[in-house]
Amino acid sequence: MKALLSGNEAIARGAYEAGIEVATGYPGTPSSEILQNVSTYKTIYSEWSVNEKVAMDAAAGAAYSGRRALVTTKQVGMNVLSDSLFYTAYTGLEAGLVVLTADDPGMFSSQNEQDNRHYAKLGKFPMLEPADSQECKDFIVRGIEISEQFDTPVVVRTTMRTSHSKSVVELGGDPAQAGDVGPFTRNMQKYNCMCLWSKKRHPILEQRLLDLAEFAETYPDNFISWGDRDLGIIASGVVYEYARQVFPKASFLKLGMVYPLPQKKIKEFADGVKKLLVIEELDPFIEEQVRAMGIDAIGKALFPPCDELLPQTLQRIARENGLLPPVEKTLPALDTPDLPGRSPVLCAGCPHRSTFYLLNKMKLPVAGDIGCYNLGTLPPFNAQHTMGSMGASIGVLHGMGKSGLPEPAVCTIGDGTFFHAGIPPLLNMVHNHGKGTVIIMDNRTTAMTGHQDHPGNNYTLMGKPTKEVDIETLVRALGVEKVMSVDAFDVKAMGQALKECTAYDGTAVLIAKGPCIFVSRNPQPAYNVDTDKCVACGTCAKAGCPATIKIDEVNPKTKMKKAGIDPVLCIGCDICRQICPTGAIRKPE
Amino acid sequence: MSEDSYKFLIAGVGGQGTVLASDILAEVGIRLGYDTKKSDILGLAVRGGSVVSHIQWAPKVHSPVLDEYDVDYLIGFEWLETLRRLSYIKPDGFILANDCRIDPMTVTSGEANYPEKDRMMADFKKAAQHVQTIAGTRTALDLGNVLCFNIVVLGGLSTILGNEPDIWRAVIKERVPAKVADLNLTAYEKGRELIN
Repeated sequence: MKALLSGNEAIARGAYEAGIEVATGYPGTPSSEILQNVSTYKTIYSEWSVNEKVAMDAAAGAAYSGRRALVTTKQVGMNVLSDSLFYTAYTGLEAGLVVLTADDPGMFSSQNEQDNRHYAKLGKFPMLEPADSQECKDFIVRGIEISEQFDTPVVVRTTMRTSHSKSVVELGGDPAQAGDVGPFTRNMQKYNCMCLWSKKRHPILEQRLLDLAEFAETYPDNFISWGDRDLGIIASGVVYEYARQVFPKASFLKLGMVYPLPQKKIKEFADGVKKLLVIEELDPFIEEQVRAMGIDAIGKALFPPCDELLPQTLQRIARENGLLPPVEKTLPALDTPDLPGRSPVLCAGCPHRSTFYLLNKMKLPVAGDIGCYNLGTLPPFNAQHTMGSMGASIGVLHGMGKSGLPEPAVCTIGDGTFFHAGIPPLLNMVHNHGKGTVIIMDNRTTAMTGHQDHPGNNYTLMGKPTKEVDIETLVRALGVEKVMSVDAFDVKAMGQALKECTAYDGTAVLIAKGPCIFVSRNPQPAYNVDTDKCVACGTCAKAGCPATIKIDEVNPKTKMKKAGIDPVLCIGCDICRQICPTGAIRKPE
Repeated sequence: MSEDSYKFLIAGVGGQGTVLASDILAEVGIRLGYDTKKSDILGLAVRGGSVVSHIQWAPKVHSPVLDEYDVDYLIGFEWLETLRRLSYIKPDGFILANDCRIDPMTVTSGEANYPEKDRMMADFKKAAQHVQTIAGTRTALDLGNVLCFNIVVLGGLSTILGNEPDIWRAVIKERVPAKVADLNLTAYEKGRELIN
């Protein structure tokens, strides 16, 4: 049977066909849809873990217990889980373990463009890289086979394009399940990384890499397709598909396993072509290894290390360097050369709006964090002055507080991010006499990645009811004495609470409570503007709501356009009515 | 246009239903017997930002991403976003532009001006041989739900392509939420009528 699947849907299907029985992860673009799809297979236990490291440890525990396991993460989540992934490379496992990292070349939704292929070399485990949805499915199955054959974790690396593109997949059959497992294997010399024992495991790890390199020589997903011998191209992942399109006649060595590399096969290919290119998105990971073999391959001398390496870029570079005949294609000069940009914005009805409206007015320094609220960085708010990694805002605030700044500092962090990595740094502030205001923007979901559950919700990924963790109780238990919970849709109350917290000499926590519109799903009738009362002062526009628009009618004195409200977008959150200085914005009768 | 390959680009604003439309278009390609690939941008970009979907039908598709100057059909869900992707269309290509304006925040705040409609239209005609506007948003509002404008536009596209309408109807029915299936099937028929 065939189906049109995204790479992420195909990975979930692969998990099913591979007989994986435990799947964990933390949401992050471009990986988030994998576990959401896994949760539709009832033979698999799946969960959104509190963060990637916990997900990795839980998967290791399942694989130690004899259950095949999968962990999913975005590229920067690998930084969080790598500490645990690395010990599993030393210990090996009782059942197959695959870690899926979805990288984000082009940084569509990430803070950096790191190339996670380097992790394979650093952590000494094999890495597979699928090029389309069929391979996404197949490589999970093969990953489990390799994991069990070589007693190693296997990492499968996708990119945004492989994860989010859809292509046709031939579905396989139903899997065999492990059945009963246990009792738990008590093999401490293998599974307890005490230095004495771990030292003995390291040579095993090195020998395993040599065995895997030999295995890679005949591994069927590393294959040569001979074409024109004048040009040979080594490529992997979706870039292989791009290169096939741009250089339809060339010879190809397609690598399904990007670490360790099949050196004999690479030598055979290099010897068989006149000119050898290594085409890679981001870093010269394969190129450096090929050149270290003494082979004269061309890669980053031509192809840039930044951004997606799309077919149009390949074509342009190939033409500029005589690899393809030149073709002149230019768009005719347009009447409208400078297009207004269109950045993402906080949705109409978003509970984060009041916080950023007020922070902009108060002109305080703000340490930001990762989530939808990072849109508070953009105009008209300009109200998050730093942002780096999950949970960083609280630690950065602490450092700001210890630096003797002339003004009180605050940080903004969402409920999901707080559970992920915000608890230890808040504890640190309490213990070390920190000063500053932590604003926890509690919208009851992991919004940016598609509304996944977290410990603040009363349900799990598999739809089971569970205990809802109360953030205020948790924060008080950490030792914070100044804690205020405020309705995020009450602008006046939010303003007063911000004043009170920022005047406090110590660690203060302000919990701004308001559900994401995708959680509450409770739209109210659209508001409207009394144009006789509107003086076109522009205050409502400072709330950055997409439903607040300009109309053609102007204030005759200032010639400024008056305000209007888009009845399709407005969901009646009331924030613009509260901030309008002339009372022109009305709730409908 | 090439005999046996169709390259489509859908340009819109996050929240307009671009991904659903591209899913439907890709699925129709499969049912018509083509190899099909599609690629959209998800994540932070969907919160009211620019969204673009690439869809191809061909005997064999390699890259899921389309090249500039190589798209047969540019389907614009919003004026400015259609204009933004003009470099993708082939000179003998077809632009199907939904009559819809959504001001970006830069325009609302007064930092930038939204281009005038007749100048945008003139640019469309410079870029592509065939240009057609469609009142998808107006039609959807008349049907009582602005969100179904994407299906109105797909209805128009299906008339232009001349494919078997029953395949489109079946895919639409499967892909949209059950409680709005009838509304969307009506939207599809209205879209077909708008182009006739």
